[in-house]
Amino acid sequence: MTDIFLKELNGFLNSLMGYLVMVVFLLAMGLLMWVFPATAVLDYGYADMSTLFSFGPYVLIFLVPAITMRSLAEEKKLGTLELLMTKPLSEGSLVTGKFLACFLLVLLAMLPTTVYYFSLYQLGSPEGNIDTPGVMGSFLGMVLLGGVFCAIGIFASSITTNQIVSFILASFFCFLFYTGFDSTASLFTDGKVSLLIKQWGILYHYESLSKGLIDSRDLAYFLGVAGVLLVATKTVLSSRSW
Amino acid sequence: MSIHVSHLTKIYGQQRAVDDVSFSVEEGEIVGFLGPNGAGKSTTMKIITGFLPPSAGTVRVGDIDVVEDPMTTKRMTGYLPEHNPLYLDMYVHEYLGFMAGINGLRGAIKKRRIEEMVHLCGLSEEQNKKIVTLSKGYRQRVGLAQALIHDPKVLVLDEPTSGLDPNQLMEIRRLIKAVSLNKTVLFSTHILQEVEALCDRVLVINKGKIVADDRLEHLLQGGGNVLIVEFANKVSEADLLGLEGVEKVVKLANFRFQLRTARSADIRTRVVQFAVEKNLSLIELKQEEGSLESVFSQLTHPEPIHPPS
Repeated sequence: MTDIFLKELNGFLNSLMGYLVMVVFLLAMGLLMWVFPATAVLDYGYADMSTLFSFGPYVLIFLVPAITMRSLAEEKKLGTLELLMTKPLSEGSLVTGKFLACFLLVLLAMLPTTVYYFSLYQLGSPEGNIDTPGVMGSFLGMVLLGGVFCAIGIFASSITTNQIVSFILASFFCFLFYTGFDSTASLFTDGKVSLLIKQWGILYHYESLSKGLIDSRDLAYFLGVAGVLLVATKTVLSSRSW
Repeated sequence: MSIHVSHLTKIYGQQRAVDDVSFSVEEGEIVGFLGPNGAGKSTTMKIITGFLPPSAGTVRVGDIDVVEDPMTTKRMTGYLPEHNPLYLDMYVHEYLGFMAGINGLRGAIKKRRIEEMVHLCGLSEEQNKKIVTLSKGYRQRVGLAQALIHDPKVLVLDEPTSGLDPNQLMEIRRLIKAVSLNKTVLFSTHILQEVEALCDRVLVINKGKIVADDRLEHLLQGGGNVLIVEFANKVSEADLLGLEGVEKVVKLANFRFQLRTARSADIRTRVVQFAVEKNLSLIELKQEEGSLESVFSQLTHPEPIHPPS
């Protein structure tokens, strides 16, 4: 597993891909957060980071699939998967290694946004007037969301040999998981049904974390979804049905 | 370490790619695996190396079943897949390091094995180049180095020499010969001279079934002769089949036939007499000695080609 993890990470960092993802994410977030008047904190007038946390996931819906799209699709297309699968390496450790490398890259892209917190801390009036637990909860939520998106991306990559197909599927599923359930829930007027559907989506749990209350049910949701997807990926690889 | 394959069957949908195949490769043997394209060679090799599960039957590598304990058999087996897949954007040294790593080699042993492989496969000058910049011959060497890095006792090579120029072919062949000491080797090929140059024993597979499994000399002796005859005018296949000693007639072109006879028989004079009796003009008569080519074509019965007349 370590070998796969290191190989993937080297692959990202030795090519333009890894840096491109980080630059695009930070550029998009920086512009939204500080420059574009409609969303910028400076115009808004409150020391609040909700811009980052509400727009961040939408940027990740496109960036995470771009990171994960080649991970298994390319191995299958080049035939290197055959090479790997005839070595003493289990499908589980292959998937885990790939997942962790993608996840780490996403974390590296998010890491510099923590600086925003310190800037806003200084800008608050009086200084330090910022909802610290809310920001921490939101960061945790975004990290977990990044993890689920990576798992969706890796799964999408395992069911095709075409990177473009993998990208489109992954983006679609990320979008579906993020807001799809929430939007579907709004179709129902019955509060109970609506809530039940809402709870299937990421947004419900993401918003719950952003209140600064770290609920074990929300954590279980994120870990569970990522876990199920990774197991599904492993099953797809084990079946060798291409 | 030996390879034992018994009653192996692999079914893809409706098609039986491998159909009740049994053979074994004993320790230290080099066995050539021959067969037309699509005969089931690669599928058999993929099952032996644990990439595909068999539909029925068992494969044992060194007395361990590849389905029951794949991790152990994979550790003992070196495999070069068909078309030699490589990570093209990796450096040779980096690639060998990665392959050594997933084979479980660590630290000083890993370093030593990589150096040995670079030396053995003649990659000293190429080791710091990207794989994408290497020629096909060198890529094949990298593929072999990868298959050998963990010093496997069993080596499975799927068409290791396909697509190489004659010089590269000789080099790879020499390399296989050199590394195969004390190893059990099963390799597939289309090049029949290669079998003559390398193998102790030959397996011929056709349409998923083993049609020959013998030492090369025996196979050549039992092969029978092939006679190519061409007449200038019409002749019936039945008449040719009626000739004493002819076992099979294959129509190659309009008046051109391939006659198969037993190895000992020489029926050339008989064919000439036949032509005289029937008042036919014989324009070609060629005896092909029991070469591996004729054995191969006899065993695998290729469809005759009908050129447009």
